[in-house]
Amino acid sequence: MSLINAPSPHTSRHTDTGAVMRQVVYATLPGLAVLVWQFGLGSLLNVLWAVLVALTCEALFLRARGKPVAFYLKDWSAVVTAVLLGLALPSTAPWWLTLIGVGFAIVVAKQLYGGLGMNPFNPAMIGYVLLLISFPVAMTQWVAPGDAPAPADSLALFLGQTPADAFTGATPLDTFRTWAGDAEALAGRDILAGRLAGPGWEAVNLAFLLGGLYLLARRIITWQIPVAFLAGLALPALIAHQVDAARFAGPLFHLFSGGAMLGAFFIATDPVSAATSRLGRFIYALLIGLLIWVIRTFGGYPDAVAFAVLLLNLAAPFIDYYTQPRAYGHRKANKGANP
Amino acid sequence: MSANPSLLQRLLPGTRRAPVHDFPGGVHPAEHKTVSNQTPITPGPRPAQLVLPLNMHLGAPARPVVAVGDQILKGQMLAEPTGAVSAALHAPTSGTVVALGPRPIQHPSGMDALCIVLAPDGEDRWAERRPVADHTRLGPGKLIALLRDAGVAGLGGAGFPTSVKVSLGDHQRVEQLIINAVECEPYITADDRLMRERADEILLGVQILQYLLNPHDTLIGIEDNKPEAIAALRAACAGSDVEIRVVPTKYPSGGEKQLIQLLTGKEVPSGSIPAQCGVVCQNVGTAWAVKRAVHDGEPLLSRITTVTGDAVARPGNYEVWLGTPVADLLHHAGVDKDRLGRLVMGGPMMGFTLHDPSVPVVKTSNCVIAASAEELPEPPPEQACIRCGACAEVCPANLLPQQLYWYAKTDDFERAQHHNLMDCIECGACAYVCPSHIPLVQYYRYAKGEIRTQTAEQIKADRARERFEARQARLEREQAEKEARRRARLEANRKKQEAAADSAPGAGDDKLAALKKEVGQASSAYKAAVKAAKTAEAQEADNAAELRARADSLKAEADRAKAALRDAKAAAPAQPAAAPAESSALADLKKAVGEASSAYKAAVKAAKNAEAEQSDDAAELRARADQLKAEADRLKAELREAKAAQGPAAAPAAPAPPKQDGDTPDSKTTVDKAAVDDDAAAKRQKRLKALKTAYNMAHKQYKEAHAAVERAERAGQDSDEALAAMHAKVEKLKAKADHCRDALDALVEQAKADILAHTGKDLKTLKLDAARAESALRDKADELERRRDTSDADTLETLNSELDALQEHAQLTRLALKTAVEEQGLVEE
Ligand code: SF4
Ligand code: SF4
Repeated sequence: MSLINAPSPHTSRHTDTGAVMRQVVYATLPGLAVLVWQFGLGSLLNVLWAVLVALTCEALFLRARGKPVAFYLKDWSAVVTAVLLGLALPSTAPWWLTLIGVGFAIVVAKQLYGGLGMNPFNPAMIGYVLLLISFPVAMTQWVAPGDAPAPADSLALFLGQTPADAFTGATPLDTFRTWAGDAEALAGRDILAGRLAGPGWEAVNLAFLLGGLYLLARRIITWQIPVAFLAGLALPALIAHQVDAARFAGPLFHLFSGGAMLGAFFIATDPVSAATSRLGRFIYALLIGLLIWVIRTFGGYPDAVAFAVLLLNLAAPFIDYYTQPRAYGHRKANKGANP
Repeated sequence: MSANPSLLQRLLPGTRRAPVHDFPGGVHPAEHKTVSNQTPITPGPRPAQLVLPLNMHLGAPARPVVAVGDQILKGQMLAEPTGAVSAALHAPTSGTVVALGPRPIQHPSGMDALCIVLAPDGEDRWAERRPVADHTRLGPGKLIALLRDAGVAGLGGAGFPTSVKVSLGDHQRVEQLIINAVECEPYITADDRLMRERADEILLGVQILQYLLNPHDTLIGIEDNKPEAIAALRAACAGSDVEIRVVPTKYPSGGEKQLIQLLTGKEVPSGSIPAQCGVVCQNVGTAWAVKRAVHDGEPLLSRITTVTGDAVARPGNYEVWLGTPVADLLHHAGVDKDRLGRLVMGGPMMGFTLHDPSVPVVKTSNCVIAASAEELPEPPPEQACIRCGACAEVCPANLLPQQLYWYAKTDDFERAQHHNLMDCIECGACAYVCPSHIPLVQYYRYAKGEIRTQTAEQIKADRARERFEARQARLEREQAEKEARRRARLEANRKKQEAAADSAPGAGDDKLAALKKEVGQASSAYKAAVKAAKTAEAQEADNAAELRARADSLKAEADRAKAALRDAKAAAPAQPAAAPAESSALADLKKAVGEASSAYKAAVKAAKNAEAEQSDDAAELRARADQLKAEADRLKAELREAKAAQGPAAAPAAPAPPKQDGDTPDSKTTVDKAAVDDDAAAKRQKRLKALKTAYNMAHKQYKEAHAAVERAERAGQDSDEALAAMHAKVEKLKAKADHCRDALDALVEQAKADILAHTGKDLKTLKLDAARAESALRDKADELERRRDTSDADTLETLNSELDALQEHAQLTRLALKTAVEEQGLVEE
């Protein structure tokens, strides 16, 4: 009779990190589907390619660090990083762009920091920002919504060739920024004439919202981050829009364009690089939303999710410092990291 | 999350009896309760041996009152409580004490403990029982003593002696008595069955507790997953003032702190006990045991233990004798040893695995889970923490388990404590939900253990420091007292001499000499003190200020002595025998001048140093130096006048007096240390000599004998007996030599101790003092030599007088050393 000798508790909820991560991947599927529908096969190709690159990089690096490869690959974290980055890239992105972005995300932003759980920054967003700064043109070209290239053209774009037709068009965010202040011109832009935001983009965001609600329902994520994120983005937009509707886009436009929903439910919720406590996470996401609005409105980049998330990653320890919860039996919460 | 209780209460008046509070977090593990709660409680096994640990309860272990071989009756006391927090131990059945020694017990660390081993005789014969029908007639004091002697301890959790928990302080008031019937851990149904079957007895026990505690409210907290037990309790409690409060099923609502929060909304302040917020918690099982102890006169002999899990054929609740080995219990319940994969004592959330099934059931053993390997499988390997926060979501203490884990893992105990690690109740909810399978609780236990050790060490260190400081203070005080005595003595001497001087003309000389000596001593003590203070300051030692203060006080003393001397001198000219007195007065003046000028120099130097270091007191020092200079100048002027008045003839006589007083300290020392018994010293000296000779002899003989034996052994001619005899002789001689040496050492030690007692200094200090004085003297002499040709007459004179003072001091110390050594009969090698 050889008895198991283990510390309490002796039972568990039978979840595991791999399962949690898989749920995240599943929840992105509606968004991916809409992206393909609106912008062509490019997004799917990029996501698959990104996953392949990520797993390869992760495996190579785990081996180099002398860790059990299969055990760590099973946590699915590299897949999540790859999928999120693949979704954030323009559907016209060529393979090498994805390779550089994902490779950098996995090797530098994650493994060099010590692997899963040790990275202070969101790896997918590090990869994204690297690409945005290095290849601004390739990173800001989007297909006009509804004008999806044929699969063959998507493949050509993916392989780095220039297909016969040019497929690029401005995104709603770009368009609004270009014509901001000119009410008449804005009214004449088709791309802004959606129900919520621009056509196509609002569908993408709705799909990600759906996936996000699924994650909430499965308790993979908690409400604090998405709600605070969206509130931080919508509230200033609402106020500014009331003041000058021609210069400032409305809250719905902000919520349903660009990477808003992807950011709120999938990117800002990355627990590793977020703040820790519930209150801390709320503040963290609220500030991300606010920062996105500020950059979108006053900054020079088309979208701002990546920058805002990375900046708040940087601030997360500081937020933690002031948001320790009040423990049972204590009159007030402890502040700071040290006595 | 938690609803606002008061608001809810106001809005829905009908919910007054319902629990309206909540606690944060919590989990809902699969219950597995029906495995064991379907059948009534049945008697446990009748094992061949009962192993009864003396520390079944929390607190001091009980002290055995039986011996091996004793025939014991059921219910007879085996061990009595010791100390304030303790409980007695009784024989669960009649039989014989067969052993009293260490046995493995149910402790997480798997350690052994002292146990009484009882072999039942199978007759189960009771000792005399003394039931108390009406506990109110007994009074609280006797009732509490009864519980203590009946060995009643908390049957739910830690086994805290009940008698302690129901003893109230003078000003303590109990608002709520809470009976914990929650039983929130999966699998366990012991309390469930107990309530279904013995609700009446439980109520009687609760009423005894009510009598002792006099609470404002009595609440029984029970989870809503035990409808039968709730019904039974409701029926039993109908018409009493005991309130049943049903709480929603959520782990760990049975945690003491969580239950208090659920039922009252109060939080027990961190680091204190529930009684501090007016709450006392007792387990239902304990209430039952209280009833049995009081109304039936039965001490705590058995308890209800759930035996459950896939690997037993007859899961259920058994009324088990304390001390029953778990192996017997499992066998009784039909264990399938091949299926048994994990054996857990307690619940699956907070229990611990048993590696040895021979450990006994004790007062706190509410459950034994014999699980198959599939049921409670080996935990999967630990993965990295992804900071998902699931743990923080379920923590009932509102902690951040992921941060605690991080700090515990990196041994950052300070931060772990800052994140309230010590408020963790080790409920295991966090580890239960962790998707990375991190054994979080194990990390917390480790960190807590380390912190406790560190704290204990810190306390020890603090105590040591306090002791040291106390000792230091005592030594200083003693030193001060000694100093005071010395002064008093000096004063007395002075008075005596003054008196002598008054009565005998011509004694003025002596008096002056004594005074002079006093001045010399005082001023050299002052100088030494100044030097010590300076060194201390340079080294930034803590006691620099103190030393400086001491120097100042010595200076005052020196000044006083000088003033006395001046007065004496002023008086002296009036005396008839003018010339020698005059000359000695002159010498004194010279010496005073010397001292003043060297004090001035020292002060200048100190001031310069201070200025160089830009220290704050530079100005002060400078002022002091100026003052000293003025003093020195004044003295010089006085000296000149005196010389002029006396004429050149008297001058050469000046150096004489110091030598002349050389004898005084000698005689005085002897007089001062008059306590010394000369006879004894002489005797000791003799004895010392004798012992030394004896030792030398013995040692020599031993050496010779030893060599002889070695020779003989090498030659190999002698018989074994002869060799043995020689060896014996060597041993004897060695013993003798050793004995002599020991006696000698003891004598020397004693002598040294006596020196210490008489002079306040030990031999080493005396020697050191002498050496220091000598070298100071030499230095001064050298200086005088060097400057003889270059300095003016005044300086030389000053130096000369300084030299005199030093000479005197050196002589004194030498003498002190010599007397001490001689007095004690020690011969200086
Ligand atoms: S549940 Fe486990 S993985 Fe998640 S934050 Fe807590 S310790 Fe880390
Ligand atoms: S074991 Fe400690 S940290 Fe974990 S949930 Fe329970 S109280 Fe919180």
